[in-house]
Amino acid sequence: MTEPSSSPTSLLEVQRRMAAAVMHPLTRQENMPRRRRDGASNIAEAEAIIRPNDRLSSFERLEIYNRQYWYRLFSCFEEDFPGLQAILGRAKFDRLMRAYLTDCPSESFSLRNLGSRLDAWFDQHPEHLGPHPVLARDMARLEWAHIEAFDSEERARLSAQKLAAIDEHSRLHLQPYLRVLALSYPVDDLLLQVRNEDGSATSSTNNASSTRKRHHVRHVAALAPKAIHIAVHRLENSVWYKPLSPEEFHLLSALLDGKPLGDSIDLALSTSPLPEDQRPAFLQEAFANWAMLGWFTS
Amino acid sequence: MPANRFNGFTDYGVGIGLRIPHYQHILSRKPVVDWFEIISENYMVDGGRPLEVLDQIIEQYKIVQHGVSMYFGSVDPLSREHLKRLKQLVRRTHTPWLSDHLCWGSVDGRYTHDLLPMPYTWEAVEVTAQKIRQVQDFTEVPVVVENVSSYAEFHASEMTEWEFLTEVVERADCGILLDVNNIYVSSKNHSFDPFEYVNFVPAHRVAQIHIAGHSKFEKYILDTHDHPVLPAVWRLYARAIERCGPTATLLEWDDNIPSFEEVHAEALKANKFLKAAAEAAPTRNSLAAIQSAPKSMLEPTLSDSALLESGSAR
Repeated sequence: MTEPSSSPTSLLEVQRRMAAAVMHPLTRQENMPRRRRDGASNIAEAEAIIRPNDRLSSFERLEIYNRQYWYRLFSCFEEDFPGLQAILGRAKFDRLMRAYLTDCPSESFSLRNLGSRLDAWFDQHPEHLGPHPVLARDMARLEWAHIEAFDSEERARLSAQKLAAIDEHSRLHLQPYLRVLALSYPVDDLLLQVRNEDGSATSSTNNASSTRKRHHVRHVAALAPKAIHIAVHRLENSVWYKPLSPEEFHLLSALLDGKPLGDSIDLALSTSPLPEDQRPAFLQEAFANWAMLGWFTS
Repeated sequence: MPANRFNGFTDYGVGIGLRIPHYQHILSRKPVVDWFEIISENYMVDGGRPLEVLDQIIEQYKIVQHGVSMYFGSVDPLSREHLKRLKQLVRRTHTPWLSDHLCWGSVDGRYTHDLLPMPYTWEAVEVTAQKIRQVQDFTEVPVVVENVSSYAEFHASEMTEWEFLTEVVERADCGILLDVNNIYVSSKNHSFDPFEYVNFVPAHRVAQIHIAGHSKFEKYILDTHDHPVLPAVWRLYARAIERCGPTATLLEWDDNIPSFEEVHAEALKANKFLKAAAEAAPTRNSLAAIQSAPKSMLEPTLSDSALLESGSAR
């Protein structure tokens, strides 16, 4: 016996109440729970909103949408974070995914942005980072940077003439697709391996891919920390990971923060062990390289 | 109505959905295809490979935009960001019309990314029609709305789905993307006669037709777009073409996507009906379209029959 709920009286109320049911987490058996976390009865709520038919109860009809919602989000999140799944393993990744998507439902018309709040969410939920929290967080950051680099804007390159005219007061603009990361583990190699293998698999649930994922978990457990700096960027519409020296990383970070060129160089070299006499050559080479990659924009 | 103000007075023929697994085939082989339908949201990005591929396709093919998250039926106001990006894409593709679904999917700024069914109420008619007009005004291209497949009905509904669709498009003065597979799926899930639906909609507003495959479960049908078109859906299509004339038609195939050739061959089956309708048009021979179709496309399969028996159609 369930307590009756009153029927909604406006379109907004129908949509709020149905969305609350549809977006409520599934049970472990991937069913719609009969009772919600706040104690409300989903059976009564379904009966108040949805008509039954001769084959399905109101609850069962609503459950179709509840499952569809979560399956779609799971599929998208798994596709965006295969490296994180390789690190955490299936069960822990599954718990993380459900918790994150419950706390941070999509607020964008595009599923592309589903993982945009994951890094910040980890600040509040470090318990979901598993036994290798730094490694897991590094991977999540790299995977989000990859998504951003994939389809962010590419602006016109700064002309050679304008590039030659810059001075220490100039503020250089960098391509919107460029991201720089300081990481504690060499997760770039691991992600490339995972992506290559996933790309060759026809289904994420076949036996071959399960074997590979177990292999990943073992591989990850043996991965030693090693501080790396990388630029995640795009060239000819493919995403690349470019290793950076610490000086390059700090210089690019300062430029991305909008600091003038002179200040950025000072900041980048202030703690650098690079001998004074090698610094001009370092700067010349770095800027020539970045200009060739088209990172400076007007 | 082959060409009308709702499809920009075009006569597009038979197209297929542009999907990533077919990119390489299309770009390298350049197959002859009447037109491609793109999912707008996949290309509402700032740069990168999606837009590079799209630009190459635009150079060689006719493109029509189809959206999945405008949510005309949501009470939430339209997203300015969404509208701006949509209009940018319209300028890029020169789509002669723009479609999205007669559904809702977001509330209080949160998106379900699903095509949730509407309660068929007068309040919903007003809300939905107003938002369609807003999108049409902003994007400056004809907007057509697609009926969705559904698995639930609301106590609050005050009319049938086809009455609701008609009220909305009349008030919004917009076109219809008639998805005959969705009508079939919903008719089985809600036990109504799908021909009553097709016979009711204002034919002069139908700008485009969708066909697709679906999956049958024990107690309901799911709109999965992962199969060829089933005979029962071809029969509905034949009736729709008979009423509307040879209308731009698109096959949707979104999961377990086979080769380009297989998808295209399935879509081209629609030409049999379109040709018959074109030939019958001067005299409007009411049976010509159906009679001229190959028998094998219209005969119920075993699974069709089983469902028809269990579906208790009115």
